[in-house]
Amino acid sequence: MANGTLAKDVSYLEYEGKHKGLAGWLLSVDHKRIGLMYLMGIMIFFFVAMTLGVLMRLEMLSPGETIMKPATYNSVFTLHGVIMVFLFIIPAIPAVFGNFMLPIQIGAKDVAFPRLNLFSWYLYMIGAILAIVSLFTGGGAADTGWTFYVPYSIRSAQNVSMTTLAAFVLGFSSIVTGLNFVVTIHRLRAPGMTWFRMPLFVWGLYATSWIQVLATPVIGITLALIMLERFMGIGVFDPALGGDPILYQHLFWIYSHPAVYIMILPAMGVVSEILPTFARKDIFGYKQIAISSLGIALIGYLVWGHHMFVSGMSDTSRIVFSLLTFLVAIPTGVKIFNWVATLYKGSIKFSAPLYYVLGFIFIFSIGGLTGLVLGALATDIHVTDTYFVVAHFHYVMFGGMGIMFFATMHYWFPKLFGKMYNEKIAIIACTVIIVGFNVLYFPFFIMGYMGMPRRYYDYLPQFQGWHILSTIGSWILVSGIVFMFGNLLYALLKGPKAPMNPWGGTTLEWKVPSPPPLENFDEIPVVTGGPYVHDKQTYIMHPGKEGIKANGGTKTVNQEAAL
Amino acid sequence: MTEHSEVLNQPEAEVQEHTHAEGHVHRDDEGSKMAMWLFLFTELLLFGGLFLLYGAYRFEYADGFKVAAAEMNSFIGAVNTIILLTSSLSVALSIAAMQRSHKKLALGMLWFTILCGIAFLINKYFEWSHEIHNGVYPGGPALENMSNGEILYFGLYYVMTGLHGLHVIIGLIFIGFIMVFIARDKITSTNFQKLENAGLYWHLVDVIWIFLFPLFYLLH
Repeated sequence: MANGTLAKDVSYLEYEGKHKGLAGWLLSVDHKRIGLMYLMGIMIFFFVAMTLGVLMRLEMLSPGETIMKPATYNSVFTLHGVIMVFLFIIPAIPAVFGNFMLPIQIGAKDVAFPRLNLFSWYLYMIGAILAIVSLFTGGGAADTGWTFYVPYSIRSAQNVSMTTLAAFVLGFSSIVTGLNFVVTIHRLRAPGMTWFRMPLFVWGLYATSWIQVLATPVIGITLALIMLERFMGIGVFDPALGGDPILYQHLFWIYSHPAVYIMILPAMGVVSEILPTFARKDIFGYKQIAISSLGIALIGYLVWGHHMFVSGMSDTSRIVFSLLTFLVAIPTGVKIFNWVATLYKGSIKFSAPLYYVLGFIFIFSIGGLTGLVLGALATDIHVTDTYFVVAHFHYVMFGGMGIMFFATMHYWFPKLFGKMYNEKIAIIACTVIIVGFNVLYFPFFIMGYMGMPRRYYDYLPQFQGWHILSTIGSWILVSGIVFMFGNLLYALLKGPKAPMNPWGGTTLEWKVPSPPPLENFDEIPVVTGGPYVHDKQTYIMHPGKEGIKANGGTKTVNQEAAL
Repeated sequence: MTEHSEVLNQPEAEVQEHTHAEGHVHRDDEGSKMAMWLFLFTELLLFGGLFLLYGAYRFEYADGFKVAAAEMNSFIGAVNTIILLTSSLSVALSIAAMQRSHKKLALGMLWFTILCGIAFLINKYFEWSHEIHNGVYPGGPALENMSNGEILYFGLYYVMTGLHGLHVIIGLIFIGFIMVFIARDKITSTNFQKLENAGLYWHLVDVIWIFLFPLFYLLH
């Protein structure tokens, strides 16, 4: 290097290549920098959508108009949904931590297509900017709900076209990332890293990436058709021209239900990383967890009809979809069982990431079990389109993926930035978040069961007590989140330096410095065992120095790698 | 095993660092081909949504679809099918030529492919302008007297052949870039994965047309 320092000696945060300063980030093809750039974007949009959510809760504090008009409320819940789903929940864990950790965890220097990776970030930003611009241009922000159901989305005078275009572009970003990850996992595993020696986070990403590749194009064409209908009056979904709005719902959910698993599978992957680290114990049932990820992805692809039980479908398809929905509970149950069993007889160290994970298991179990209430035909009809549904998906999406995103941030924060945060404050913030979450969303179950419909800015006086409780919960939750981010931000600026392996983790990212050097490894490591073995080394970090040749010398290593 | 040796054979870390800024030196043809196939899956699913709609509406409005399909000129459709099939052959031949280091022949075959693609688009242009001239387009005057089935047929006709036409154009641009690479010797007899990927993409464009042709022109 020109300045005399080698890339392996400086961290990726300090390394200066061809471009310096801001350009060194915006033009970087390093997977770690791209991951951090995603983190920046995702955090901004998370706060935007969270603010919208808080405003909605404030509106619901009293019946009638509190702080906004009904039309504004429609736009606010639409944008809250669109931004949270497409800009935060779907990309958060795979795009930020997947990008950062996937190559390191499989012992690679980068993803398979680094430039494509950067391109995907730009697509994400373009989509995000379109979504924000659509708020302020045209006839006002979209008011259809994030599902864009026809025929209303065709007729709405608001700026639906641009919001769908934003979702369309974001879909492309998601496809490109998924494609990149699948090829990376197939092609760039270090020698000896067989499929069943991959960390479970990688398994989660692998299943997710396949769904991203195979489901996202369907929403692409569906949203493109909405735009064509609006601009040209094609008529494929417009009942006035013979089109069938139910077909739109099918196509929409063919993507958007698997998307639910795009959201949760990487989060489940991180659970399987954090538990063995803090239980000081190998994970219970590694193979079952790995395969259950694929099982969830596979069955999850075939259950979209359960969003449409009351939309008009034949009884046969309703029963089939209901049955398949129940089947998803099996691989999910396998995971939860194995996680709890991992803790059994472990030498548990209570740390912030583990607190989040325990909160996740509790909240996600509630979310999962109420999902069965919705998956059963008879009970679903009673609670369809009520707050019960809203409660359910906030328990699985926010309580599942969102809480795990916080856990992930705390788990990998030292590795990302090389700094330690205040553990005590992190645990207090976690407690506040989990309490606030339940105070906010649990009343939704009760109100929904009593008949409070979703997406209404007004309600009958009998619901007011629950609404007030829930709004108070939103304040508790937000203060917890602000507290948590404040703690991390402070650590980023003033925190003590993090050691290489603060938690005693066993996977490869804990064998490289914090923060990692530009190319992660000065030598590609050789893998000799499973990912969560605590009592012996399963990675040879400098095979060259130790005289172990990955290529040719030890044949067994290579043969396994080719598997 | 052989594929993996590429990754393992990477030179010493020091050598790598110099090249990092300019992009990675390691070349992985298998990986590149795999990515192309994954991308083709996404394309298939993109069109899959439209084929699903076509199937559902053909079932619902069988009569309207029959009436509308009778108006299509299957001669132009057949000519376009022949043109595209021939162009797929020429792309395949150009790959074979490249593998045998016949650079000029490979370039010639790609030129021929591009001409076929353009001929296809010109045909399509005449076909569309004929329909539009007759008032058959979304919101057009001729549609007012038509049944819902016919309106949907023409709506899908424009969307599906339009999206396919867009793919023909993208394919032509793709092939254009590849020709520049060949001319600059970036693609050689040992390093032709980019050309093969372009060929795969062009075959996909062809395959989709092979399904569009009977669905819109032959099924009466």
